[in-house]
Amino acid sequence: MSQTRNPFTQFQTDATQVTADDDRRSFLRSSMRGYMNTRSATQGRFIDYESARIAAGEVKWEAIENLDVYLVQFADNLEARGTKVHWCDNSEQARETILGILKDHDAKTIIKSKCMTTEEIHLNDLLSQEGYEVVESDLGEFIVQLREEAPYHFVFPAMHLKKEEINRLFQEKLKSVSTSDPEALTMIAREVLREKYIQADVGISGANFGIAETGMISITENEGNARLTTALPKVHISLMGIEKVIPRIEDLALLLPMLATAGTGQHLTCYNSQLGGPRQPGETDGPDEMHVVLLDNHRTRLLADPEQRDALRCIRCGACLNVCPIFKNVGGHTYGTTYQGPIGSVITPHLRGLKNWKHLSHSSSLCGACTETCPVKIDLHHHLLRNRRNAAERGEGGLFERMLMKGFVFVMRRPWVYRAVGWTGKIAHFLSKPIHGTRLDPFYRWKKTRDLDDPAKQSFKQYWSSRK
Amino acid sequence: MVNILERLGHEVDYPQGQTCCGQPAFNSGYFNEAREVADHFLTTFSECDVIGVPSGSCTAMVRKFYPELYRETDRLDAVQQLTTRVFEFSELLVDKLGVTDVGARLTGTATYHDGCHGLRELGIKDAPRRLLENVEGLSLIEMDESESCCGFGGSFAVKFPQISTAMTQVKLGSASQTKAEYLISGDPSCLMQIQGYFSREKSPIKCLHLAEVLDCQ
Repeated sequence: MSQTRNPFTQFQTDATQVTADDDRRSFLRSSMRGYMNTRSATQGRFIDYESARIAAGEVKWEAIENLDVYLVQFADNLEARGTKVHWCDNSEQARETILGILKDHDAKTIIKSKCMTTEEIHLNDLLSQEGYEVVESDLGEFIVQLREEAPYHFVFPAMHLKKEEINRLFQEKLKSVSTSDPEALTMIAREVLREKYIQADVGISGANFGIAETGMISITENEGNARLTTALPKVHISLMGIEKVIPRIEDLALLLPMLATAGTGQHLTCYNSQLGGPRQPGETDGPDEMHVVLLDNHRTRLLADPEQRDALRCIRCGACLNVCPIFKNVGGHTYGTTYQGPIGSVITPHLRGLKNWKHLSHSSSLCGACTETCPVKIDLHHHLLRNRRNAAERGEGGLFERMLMKGFVFVMRRPWVYRAVGWTGKIAHFLSKPIHGTRLDPFYRWKKTRDLDDPAKQSFKQYWSSRK
Repeated sequence: MVNILERLGHEVDYPQGQTCCGQPAFNSGYFNEAREVADHFLTTFSECDVIGVPSGSCTAMVRKFYPELYRETDRLDAVQQLTTRVFEFSELLVDKLGVTDVGARLTGTATYHDGCHGLRELGIKDAPRRLLENVEGLSLIEMDESESCCGFGGSFAVKFPQISTAMTQVKLGSASQTKAEYLISGDPSCLMQIQGYFSREKSPIKCLHLAEVLDCQ
């Protein structure tokens, strides 16, 4: 979606469009129902899933509360085995760092495995502009890259597309034969990608966890593409947000199943790799050079907020999107952010500014399904409320809203005014009958799609007085 | 609610000065304004032994969010004391008074919608169902995703009417599938949203508050 449009206008316009598309919405809902069923079954295999959530939250909490210690330990251990670690304050620095590495190696072709942090710094756009050939190797990412659009969901990037649409896309872009068989479509992509792994000079990945104790990155995936991306090319670059660090390798025993269960409903994903550096003497595979690019990009701003820093515990499983009624009805692109859904609505105002992104915190019914499902127990929907408070305190709501609130307080603190408003409301309702249902009707935004009962003839208070 | 409580032998008072719990301001982010309204609530209800509320949402505001509003104030103790006396209607009957059969009668089939605040902020799930199971003539059919939000969400419903309505459309689909005659809920705000949309879409499902059902003789 266009970056130049005002994010709020863009959100409203796209939300209107998607909510009117019953077919797309029911497709999204049925995909998510499949996820819910599998996930519930997998959760049932834990002896006590609730305790596992608490424990997982505590591991990440320990890491976040001691980030200064664990990050340094992580970097030291990586460097001890020859990995180059780069510390980047913002996306500009990370982009320059990665570009610098590519130039040093005179790279031309780059293979990537799924990494939302590269989306955050808009790496693909930069590399394409600079003339590099960049290929996404995760099937979903490969599909959205061919469509020249952003991932729809940060775990399921192409979840919005039906197999028939993918077939048409492949026919058009890859000149493939027509098929709607998912397996055959996968094979088509695989043939294209195999060639690219061999050609690629550099592989770029993300990292799901950075293990401080051992100096390793851990990558979770289902297709084996991340293994090839990180092992075949001579140079491997991993871009990782600083909040991904965890204290100990044994923590993976909990976090890997939690990520898989919450993310896809699997007990474990098909592949989990721990990479501890470039190829060491005597080893037969692995890259000649490995780089880990650590990205802050305003994460420390969130860390400085004692109320909301638990949002840094996020392991990007996407479970909060999968259960979110807003996400299911407006889809991923509507958010206009790298991270969609509840977690995106919570952290985007911190990462990209409250002024332009506060509407995401208001576009929620605060139902709490996200908080209920989060495997690391982030207080998601209450953070939306706190973002709303922060916006109101900075006067972002505007003069009209502030006056409305003052009026609300005035009325609600004075029972006689409250009663007076009750009966003047009834009179106003009667007098305004000619404009009911028109755009002049103050309840137009409600009544456009919903009926509204007439005010009760007798208030409860009047009834109470009459029965005494 | 008053009829039922009196039938059970309790004395019910209605403090005449009551207005609102302040949630509209709180949910819009205006915490100071919400606290000013909450001050009025605290004063009005200070003398009551037990406060029954026919809404999970208002109950959650008082019990869960008042302590947050008063976190760094000298009224915090009073607030915390008050929160132990506030009950949503089904909680009041089942958990506080130990009543699951109020002797109500209503013939037909019904499905129950869990309001989000009652369900997730207060953990109310079984109490309304236990009460409804004992309504003579009524059979309860669970709908798909009964825990999904109806789409109301206060100011959300008017700020983002298209999303709000889309959510209620899903609710109509789930409720219709059960072929139930009644949709029952413990939250007037959910019911306003659901009934408003169902009625616009000419759905034959009648929306009722739990108290209305329990008052049927």
